[in-house]
Amino acid sequence: MDKLLKLLNENARLSCQQLAVMLNTTEESVREQIAAYEKEGVIRGYNTIINWEKADANHASALIELKVSPKRDRGFDEIANRIMQFEEVESVYLMSGGFDLAVRVNGQSMQEIAMFVAKRLSTLESVLSTATHFILTRYKEGGVILESENEQDERRSVLCD
Amino acid sequence: MIDYRSVMNREILSVPPSGIRKFFDIANEMDNVISLSIGEPDFTTPWHVREEGVRSLEDGKTWYSPNRGFSELRQEIARWFRRKYKVEYHPDSQVLVTVGGSEAIDACLRTMLNPGDEVLIPQPSFVCYVPLTQMAGGVPVILETKAENEFRLTAEELEEKITPKTKMLILPFPNNPTGAVMRRQHLEEIAKVVQKHDLFVLSDEIYGELTYGETSHVSFAAIDGMKERTIVVNGFSKTFAMTGWRLGYALGSKEIIGQMTKLHQYAIMSAPTTAQYAAIEALRNGDSDIENMREQYDMRRCLLVDSLNKMGLTCFRPEGAFYVFPCIKSTGLSSEEFCEKLIYAERVAVVPGNAFGACGEGFVRVSYSYSIRHITEALSRIEHFLKTL
Repeated sequence: MDKLLKLLNENARLSCQQLAVMLNTTEESVREQIAAYEKEGVIRGYNTIINWEKADANHASALIELKVSPKRDRGFDEIANRIMQFEEVESVYLMSGGFDLAVRVNGQSMQEIAMFVAKRLSTLESVLSTATHFILTRYKEGGVILESENEQDERRSVLCD
Repeated sequence: MIDYRSVMNREILSVPPSGIRKFFDIANEMDNVISLSIGEPDFTTPWHVREEGVRSLEDGKTWYSPNRGFSELRQEIARWFRRKYKVEYHPDSQVLVTVGGSEAIDACLRTMLNPGDEVLIPQPSFVCYVPLTQMAGGVPVILETKAENEFRLTAEELEEKITPKTKMLILPFPNNPTGAVMRRQHLEEIAKVVQKHDLFVLSDEIYGELTYGETSHVSFAAIDGMKERTIVVNGFSKTFAMTGWRLGYALGSKEIIGQMTKLHQYAIMSAPTTAQYAAIEALRNGDSDIENMREQYDMRRCLLVDSLNKMGLTCFRPEGAFYVFPCIKSTGLSSEEFCEKLIYAERVAVVPGNAFGACGEGFVRVSYSYSIRHITEALSRIEHFLKTL
């Protein structure tokens, strides 16, 4: 993978100056490269990884497995396009295996998500069935461990004694 | 009441306790400390390597290994050294598997030294060489490397300290704590002096796979005429992020390795069996792990060197290990004052340079075996600290 993308993927807040130093290039060329990636659509946005459980008690999310009937010519794209329009939907993936689409949904409560699935998702014409799995605890998100006590540095100084 | 000090060995009693103990006690008691002080990889051992260790346990391989280490491992070590550094060792007679590089250093000194033999030790360097030399009956003679030479050892510095009693030279490169690397031409200069004065060399190459830049590490044993008078110490701790497995090795002439093996067999018996199975896998299939880790270290190194220099803590661009060694003299503080103030004011821990020898005074060791996120946070705290001085 491109080193620049790898660095940004881990921490999008690194400055162009810092990135240039790490990649042994100029600030200007980092700026140009990022602009090019944005233009080509390689970089699609910059996110913040938030531990919502800490920031806001009213937060729930679920992974929903969907079985759908693909459309002639358009396959799964049509239904996927339809589902990703909902703002409750955080991500949509086409999967191999026992079901077709995996949909991650966020809401204020499990109740709200359950209603969303019942009223909006399962009523879509090509959706054959849904299985809703509520997320109980998020341990790691986007490569980041959310509860810091899980990532304590256990290394000790061997120079101590 | 027993007066214990009157009965114990005078040499070990005379070894001073580490001066920075107090400093680490402070760091350990504080909350929210951002440390750049640790001298081991932040990576865990690659999974496929750990898996081989686990598999050996599942298979019930819990017995002693042969004293020298498993033959399969010794063959892999010999193969690795040929492949990486172009030096040939016979796996049956010229390789000894030890409990970390540390045991290899100790065994080498105890095997080579007679009472009164002088051992030349470049400093700043890792803390074990002086006490282990003393315990082996040798006399440590310090060679002070200098910032203006990027902490390399020069032939002149070496020649100056040679006496008729000089037996050995220790070559701790790539260097902890300075990050200094001796390239081929530098080693060739040293080799001439070694040859001329009939010295032996303990080349501690534990950081050998962690060098940055165009050319890779050159083993001192690869320099013309040096193999027969060099004992190479290396290991798995830094190369494969395997510190806790405690596995290293020594390479050298059949005669020296033979005597070291005798010592090892009585003092240690054999190196950990589980670790040896894991190490075989590491040597066979670990090249891409090293490459990944080195790439990470390299980016962090560039970031640290650039940032520290911009803050006025000047440091050369170290080419090896995972440390930078900035000069803090511009602050008017001593190394220990600097570190103590920094930890109280900003809760950032770095190691005073004088922990690695008196000539490390005026410097601090900053480790980059930390994530970039961690390093950038520590750097912004250090920057703030410097503004408040």
